[in-house]
Amino acid sequence: MTMASSTLPATLPAPRRRSAIVDFTWQQPLGAVSFVIIFAMMFAGIFSAWVAPYNPFDIDFASILAPPSPEHWFGTDAYGRDIFSRIIYGSRTALVIGFTSSLVGSTLGAILGVASAYFGGRIDDWIQRVMDVLLAFPIIVLALVVVAAVRSAVFFGIDVNLIIAIAIPILPRVERVVRAAALSVRVMPYVDAARAAGYSNARIIFRHMTPNVVAPYLIMLTAFIAQAILAEASLSFLGLGVTEPTPAWGLMLSGNAADFFDKAPWMILFPGIAISLAVFAFNLFGDSLRDYLDPRFKV
Amino acid sequence: MLHYTLNRLLLMIPTLFGVAVLVFFMLRVVPGDVVEVKLRGDGGAVSQEMIDMERKRLGLDKPLLNQFADWMVGLATLDLGKSMWTDRPVSEEIGTRLELSLQVAIMATIIAVLIAIPLGTTAALLRDTWVDYLVRIITIGGLSIPSFWFGMLIMLGLLYFSGWLPPITFTPIYVDPVANLTQLIWPALAVGYRYCAVTARMIRSSLLEVLSEDYIRTARAKGVFERLVVSRHALRNALLPAITVIGLEFTFLIGGLVVTEQVFNLNGIGKLFVQSVSRNDFTLIQGMVMLIAVFYVFTNLVIDLLYALFDPRIRYG
Repeated sequence: MTMASSTLPATLPAPRRRSAIVDFTWQQPLGAVSFVIIFAMMFAGIFSAWVAPYNPFDIDFASILAPPSPEHWFGTDAYGRDIFSRIIYGSRTALVIGFTSSLVGSTLGAILGVASAYFGGRIDDWIQRVMDVLLAFPIIVLALVVVAAVRSAVFFGIDVNLIIAIAIPILPRVERVVRAAALSVRVMPYVDAARAAGYSNARIIFRHMTPNVVAPYLIMLTAFIAQAILAEASLSFLGLGVTEPTPAWGLMLSGNAADFFDKAPWMILFPGIAISLAVFAFNLFGDSLRDYLDPRFKV
Repeated sequence: MLHYTLNRLLLMIPTLFGVAVLVFFMLRVVPGDVVEVKLRGDGGAVSQEMIDMERKRLGLDKPLLNQFADWMVGLATLDLGKSMWTDRPVSEEIGTRLELSLQVAIMATIIAVLIAIPLGTTAALLRDTWVDYLVRIITIGGLSIPSFWFGMLIMLGLLYFSGWLPPITFTPIYVDPVANLTQLIWPALAVGYRYCAVTARMIRSSLLEVLSEDYIRTARAKGVFERLVVSRHALRNALLPAITVIGLEFTFLIGGLVVTEQVFNLNGIGKLFVQSVSRNDFTLIQGMVMLIAVFYVFTNLVIDLLYALFDPRIRYG
C-alpha cells in the first residue's frame, strides 16, 4: 500500500487531509487491530479493579484448581485464586515494566546514538566500542547478569531492578539504529544548507536532525516494548523477576503451574496466551508503524 | 584476506576485555555474594566469622582490582577458575553441559532454516496475497510466543495426544540416537520457531529487494523461466543477508535455551546459567558470559568471511 503510493503519477488529485488515526487505520489495518488489543490491555491494566471479577490475591481453598467455568472463566490456580483476575492485574505489571524499560532503554540509546553520530571521531569510537560489548549478549542473558548484579530494588511497588535489567540490553540496539539514521541525516543536503546559512550546531541538531530520527526512535520504542514484556515474562518465569504474590504472567507459568501440568492445563494455557497476545500486538504495531512512518526504514 | 582476518582477531581483544571488565565489576558493585546465598540460604543463623572465613577462602576479601587481576591472569592462560558454589572448575561445569545445549541449538538451526527458506520465498513471491499475510502472522507469532511457553504447549500436546512425555535423562546421540532424538527434538522445536520466524522474515524482505533489481528484469526479458529466475538469479543473492541473521540468531539461541531448558528439565548451559545467577556464583557467571561473548565475536567474523566467499564483489584488504 505504502510502496504503491510512492510510484503513483504526480497528476493525481491532492489527497484530502485526513486525521493521522484514520490514515493509519486505512493504510495499516493489521496495525489498527493490534492497537485495539494494546488499548484493551491498557484499559484492563488501568481499571483492573473494575474489570476483574475477583481480587487477584484472594485465596479460596474451597475451589483449588477449578477448571474454567462461568464463575471462574479461566479456572483457578493451586491456591484457588481466579486466573482471569490475575491475568487482568498481570497486564498492569507487564505494561508498566515493559513500557518503562523500553522507554528508558530507547531514550538513552537515542541520545547516545545522535551524540555519537554528531560528534564523530574519538567519542563515536568509544561509544561504539561500549555498544559492541553490550551487543555481544542475547537480551535475556544480559538482563540476567544485571539481575545478578542489582538484585532486588523495589520502589513504590515497581521493580526498579527489573526495569534496569531490561533497559540495558535494549539501549545498544536502539543506539545503533538511531546512530545510523542520524549519520545519514547528517550528510543530507539540507543539513549542509543549514550549515551554509550559518545556523548554530544546536539548531541544526534539534531543528534539522532530531525530527528525522524520531521515526526510527518511535518504531524501536514500540518494538522493544514487545521484547521487554517477553523479557519480563521470562525473568519472572525463572523466578528472578517479579515475585509472588504479585500477579505477573511469567510468574503464573512458573513454580506450581508445572506441577499441575496434567491436572490443570488452564494454568498454563491462559497466562501464555496473554503474554503472546500482548507481545504479538506490540510487534505488529511496531511493524505497521514502521511501514506507515517510513517505508524505507527496516529494523 | 589473511591480513583482514588477523586484524579482526586482534580487534576482538578489546571487545572481550570490555566484556570482562563490565561483567566483573557489575557483579561486584552491589553488595551480596555467593557466601551469603550459600550460608544464609536456609535462614539459619550463621556467625560473621564463618562468613568471613568463607569469603577469605574464595578470595572475595581481596581488593577488587587484585581479584580482577587474578581473574585476568587466569583468563590469559585459559583458566576460568573454580565455581564458587561447587568448587569444581568452571570449564568442567560448562564442559559437561555444553554437548546437550549445542546439539539442541544445531538441531533448532537445521529445522529453522529448512522451514524458513520455502516460507520466506513463498511469502515474497506471493506478496500482498493472503499467503503473504498468513506467513506474516505465523512469523510475527514466532517472534511473540515465548519459547518456554511454546515448549510447555508441546509437552501438553504430547501428553494429551499420546500420553507420553520425553525422557528427562540425557543420552548422547552416539550412544542411542533414538533416545537422544526423542528427548531433544522437542526443545529444538520450541526454540526453533522463533529462529525460523526471524530467518523467514529476512529472506522475504531481501528476496523482494533482489527481485526489483535490473538483472532480474534482464533475465525475465531474455525469456528465462520464472522458476529459474527465482532459484538461480534471485534466491542465491537474497540468501546472503539471511546468512547474517542465521549466524547471529544462532548465538541468540542461547538466550532461548536459558529459559526453555527449565521447561524440559534439561541439564544444559542455560540451566547452569540461571542456577549460577540465582546462587550469585560470580566465577561461573563470568565464565559463561565470556564463553557467550567469544562465541558471538567469532560468529561475527565467520559471517563476514562467508560474505566475502559468496559475494565476489566483497574483498577485504
